[in-house]
Amino acid sequence: MNTPTSTPTGAADPATTSDARPEAVRADDGAPGGAGATGPTAGRTGLRARLAAPPARARGAAPWVGAAVTAVVLAVLPLLDLRVPGVLPGPTYTPGTLHLLALCLLYGALALSYHLLYGVAGMLSFGHALYFAAGAYGLAVVLQRTDLPLLTGAALVLVGAVVLANLVGAISLRVTGVSFAMVTLAFAQAGNVVARRNIGGWSGGEEGVGLRTANVPDWLVGVADTRNVYWLALAVLAGVYVVVTWFQRSRAGHVVEATRENELRVRVIGQQPYLIRLLTFAVAGALAAVVGMAYLLLQSQAVPTISSADLTITLLVMVVLGGVGSRWGAVVGAVLYTLLDQRLSVFASSDLVQGLPAVLHVPLSEPLFTLGTLFVLVVLFMPGGLAGAAARLRQGRRRR
Amino acid sequence: MSITVLLLITGLGLGALYFLVASGLSLIYGLMGVLNFAHGAFLTLGAFIGFEVSRAVGATTWPGFAVAVVLGALAGAAIAALSELLLIRPLYQRHIEQVLVTVGLGLVTVALYEGIWGTDPIFISGPAWLDRTTSVLGANVPNDRFLAIGAAVAVLVGLVLFLKHTRYGLVIRAGVENRAMVTALGIDVRRSFTLVFTIGGAAAGLGGVLASQYFGYVSAHLGGTLLIFAFIVTVIGGLGSLTGAALAAVLVAVPQQFANYYLGIGDLIAVLALALVLLVRPSGLMGAKAA
Amino acid sequence: MSAVLQVEHLSASIGGQQVVEDVSFSVPATGVTAVLGRNGVGKTSTIKAILGLVERSGTVLLDGEPIDREPTHRIVQRGVGYVPEDREVFTALTVEENLRLAVRDREPRRELVEALFPDLVRRSAQRAGTLSGGQQQMLSMARALLNRNRLLLVDEPTKGLAPKIVTELATALQEAARTVPVLLVEQNLQVIEQLAQDVVVIDGGRVVHTGPAAELLGDEAAVRRYLGVHAEQPPTARRSDDDAPGAQPPTARAAEEARP
Ligand SMILES: Nc1ncnc2c1ncn2[C@@H]1O[C@H](COP(=O)(O)OP(=O)(O)OP(=O)(O)O)[C@@H](O)[C@H]1O
Ligand SMILES: [Mg+2]
Repeated sequence: MNTPTSTPTGAADPATTSDARPEAVRADDGAPGGAGATGPTAGRTGLRARLAAPPARARGAAPWVGAAVTAVVLAVLPLLDLRVPGVLPGPTYTPGTLHLLALCLLYGALALSYHLLYGVAGMLSFGHALYFAAGAYGLAVVLQRTDLPLLTGAALVLVGAVVLANLVGAISLRVTGVSFAMVTLAFAQAGNVVARRNIGGWSGGEEGVGLRTANVPDWLVGVADTRNVYWLALAVLAGVYVVVTWFQRSRAGHVVEATRENELRVRVIGQQPYLIRLLTFAVAGALAAVVGMAYLLLQSQAVPTISSADLTITLLVMVVLGGVGSRWGAVVGAVLYTLLDQRLSVFASSDLVQGLPAVLHVPLSEPLFTLGTLFVLVVLFMPGGLAGAAARLRQGRRRR
Repeated sequence: MSITVLLLITGLGLGALYFLVASGLSLIYGLMGVLNFAHGAFLTLGAFIGFEVSRAVGATTWPGFAVAVVLGALAGAAIAALSELLLIRPLYQRHIEQVLVTVGLGLVTVALYEGIWGTDPIFISGPAWLDRTTSVLGANVPNDRFLAIGAAVAVLVGLVLFLKHTRYGLVIRAGVENRAMVTALGIDVRRSFTLVFTIGGAAAGLGGVLASQYFGYVSAHLGGTLLIFAFIVTVIGGLGSLTGAALAAVLVAVPQQFANYYLGIGDLIAVLALALVLLVRPSGLMGAKAA
Repeated sequence: MSAVLQVEHLSASIGGQQVVEDVSFSVPATGVTAVLGRNGVGKTSTIKAILGLVERSGTVLLDGEPIDREPTHRIVQRGVGYVPEDREVFTALTVEENLRLAVRDREPRRELVEALFPDLVRRSAQRAGTLSGGQQQMLSMARALLNRNRLLLVDEPTKGLAPKIVTELATALQEAARTVPVLLVEQNLQVIEQLAQDVVVIDGGRVVHTGPAAELLGDEAAVRRYLGVHAEQPPTARRSDDDAPGAQPPTARAAEEARP
């Protein structure tokens, strides 16, 4: 008994599928509203079959339709005059609102790259901020110190980030679990120290490095051009989404997902868990660096906090809020977090909160208090985060 | 020569602080498999309570300072015990969720501390003796270093005696090795979970009061800064090993001081040490055993 | 005869995978009941499920009282002694500390244990990790025998041990079984013959046979069917249609391992 039975379609029968992490929402759910989810894809039992099956599987185009519609709606936002009082600071065409929305999109993309690490491969890294910061700082320094055009500089930084991710990954992946978390944390901390201490005079210490715009195209620079940066952010998110999806559906993606559940079985079918984990680590790092570069263009500077452990923890919170293992969950979690963080800060300084007695006013004036509490509550009472809740809702509806 | 002595003793003092955090981390991890990201928050609470007590009773006197130390440690113990009972226990055996919950607790508490005590460091002073220096082999060593070292040694000795000679200590040592078998001998191992959290919290709270003397200030981020190095110490020492943590605390902090003084890159040294140890001995210096 | 333990429709899973399916059997209030089966059929998992050491569902009654929802330590406190497969002594603790940890009764039966395993007395200050395999097994057994139990669960105590030690352990078990019923997982047919009055045979996570031990051991075809070995014949006399050539002890384990 209990020998792996291969199912011909490549997707295991949900009834016999057993997931090592019942809380985790399975990875292959599509875009928001993507009703095309045909039940969880295979856990242990169907692994062999999935690895053998070509990535082109029976799943329909529905998730992509959802994602495409979402993208189009987001793309036309700067041309519209939408107002969402309480959520957005102003109409959607104003630079302030577009800036906030662009930030949401970039954090969405960054959370997606973290999802690849944690949600798909099960690697709990506490050092993902390093690659994000490497992208932002790298591009800032290149633009400061050289006369390279933007795209050439960006390509150079990307190569550097990939090398960095491979180096750190090669060392960190020698250990697993908690030790892996600690080593990645330590390396990111080293990066943070380098940034803060201004070692070599490149990183500008606590001030950070500003964006020198000499070689940046004009249409990305002015405040009036925020919507161009917004579209850039949207393009980055879409690109990251496509890459992550493609990676998850590739052979490597299936294997790395399998290593999360059962390393031995992956060895048995003749794959090298180490190398495939390293590949995943490097891809996630490269994506984070790309997001970091876009972040630099949006914020016009790179500061040490973006390399801190706190940033990685923020990513973890976003992914868990959205639902571990779910792509759109990661994006929604990030957007929700960023919006909440921003709005709670505004709310904190409002007269309403300032007028409250200290017991209420002290915690409410700290956005992180509310966000942290929300996070703890989700972990305790809402396994699977938003995506898990959505899945339960869908299931409940189907049963009725 | 005198600078070497000064750096050495200062490094030992820093190592003492690392150990006060790492001892609890290591025991908690060893027994429960939970990496406690809220441990820095326990330390910070100890520091703030110590600060409040000194304000109230005047900690520039020795009795006042003693009260601050005791209440700081008690505060650390109390918040740790409550965290275990209310947040960790309901997630019994779900290690990832337990770690996540401590991450969340870390965020919440730091935000709360900032709300109550502000974001800027508060400068403090203790008994006058602590601000003076003692001459050792020509080096003028600040006295608070000796206090930190003494406290850490006392905690180490106390913990080792506790682990070696009490029934609870026996259960903890056995649980670090094989938790399931402890329950299969009819022992409710969850009670020792609360216990190690409480002990770890007390050590961290004590560390908080001493750290605020060592650095001369308290801030909401005091614990967070120390926590990262305590993590490094814990991993280098071998998760779950108390003597490993003590050894690693010294091995990390002393070179860190020297590198900081001569090269200005002390923090990097700690990270390099971690990478090196994990490359050579992935299980850390002492592997997993409680004492 | 009344049963000390009744297992009904017990299923168990490890990491989401079902390893025991709908197992039912009972253990009489006296004597040794042996659990047999090839490697990996779920014997250990059944024992662990009874103790709540793995996720389980179904009914388990100890002296008529349900224990299937209790946490492990409560079940043990009710008077269930456990000698795990692979000994699981605490290697960093001394022999004496291992024993002290196991004491539940107000008056532990130190004399009994010391009489059965005099070697352990001599080595009481030695770290358990430095004991030989046989000594570790004795220590593991001693931990269970210290307390007055209503039931002993013993998982493959003779695994990988030399014949002389096997004999010693079997004698100790026989001694213990005079005062407490034992559920014994065992692959060594001679030990089963010496100790067991009843057998439960598990295959593929299910019970496939229960009955008196003598009856099963006498039925060569049944032994062969369930365990893949001949019960009484010396190794040289075996027909070798599915056994690997060469001298092998007549245990289910050896035969199983020889299978392609
Ligand atoms: N930790 C685990 N993870 C995954 N599968 C497991 C685990 N422990 C046991 N199993 C599986 O459960 C099944 C039953 O195992 P179990 O240990 O109960 O067998 P057994 O009958 O005691 O075997 P043996 O005679 O070798 O001791 C086996 O197929 C085994 O591979
Ligand atoms: Mg077994």
